[in-house]
Amino acid sequence: MSQQVLWYISRGTGMVSLLLLSTTMVLGALTGGRFAHASWPRFTVSGLHRSMSLVGLGFVGAHVATAVIDSYAGIGWLDVLVPFTSVYRPLWLGLGAIAFDLVVALVATSLMRPRIDPRGWRIVHWAAYACWPLAVAHGLGAGPADARLTWVLAVNAGCVLAVVVAVTWRATASHPDTVARGGGGW
Amino acid sequence: MSRPAAGRRGGDARLGVNPITCRAHGLCAELLPELIGLDEWGYPILAASPVPPQLLEMARDAVAACPTLALRLSGAR
Ligand code: SF4
Repeated sequence: MSQQVLWYISRGTGMVSLLLLSTTMVLGALTGGRFAHASWPRFTVSGLHRSMSLVGLGFVGAHVATAVIDSYAGIGWLDVLVPFTSVYRPLWLGLGAIAFDLVVALVATSLMRPRIDPRGWRIVHWAAYACWPLAVAHGLGAGPADARLTWVLAVNAGCVLAVVVAVTWRATASHPDTVARGGGGW
Repeated sequence: MSRPAAGRRGGDARLGVNPITCRAHGLCAELLPELIGLDEWGYPILAASPVPPQLLEMARDAVAACPTLALRLSGAR
């Protein structure tokens, strides 16, 4: 019984992680595109981006920990960090492991930002664009029973739509600084 | 640069911006309008005067909020 509870918690926190990471992506894209509005100043957007990423990491941590502690799927601690080593759905769990590694790297470099080379931070931060799709694919592939549920698919579709719209806006947003830097400097 | 006695009074604390790394995000001007304005392209214009002690905390917040770490506070303890 308690094992079932862990398995449910793992699936639930995984869903919440999807929502939080997607929100973080949207807010990050808005920050990068210098979104500003009278009722949504930039420090609100970037402050929320930072706090959402931390809450997101917390839920990802809970998602990963409960999946390992629960013995149902036989997922080991190493499988969490090293991709494609799991016996249980190695491909889909592997994508999750890569995404997890990237999330940890993203948050760690951001917390150390004042002490590391800003260029290094930027390069790692671009990995968010690889991390998020991997996390979405992991969610849909690792939980096929859940992913068949209409509301789960709807949440996934909503997250994908929100992130695609925000990133497209960022990529097309014109700003004096991007123009001055030849369009290459987000 | 560090003169603790003067820094404690806040008389020495000054804001500086790295014009290369500043990407005109403008957060600093939102958080510290008392000392930071924006030019027509969105780049910050810093007050020439030192940061008064009562604004030091807000100046630190603005420095921490800058997405590119272009804003610096020097001489403050
Ligand atoms: S917050 Fe940073 S990047 Fe934005 S205008 Fe101020 S110094 Fe420049």
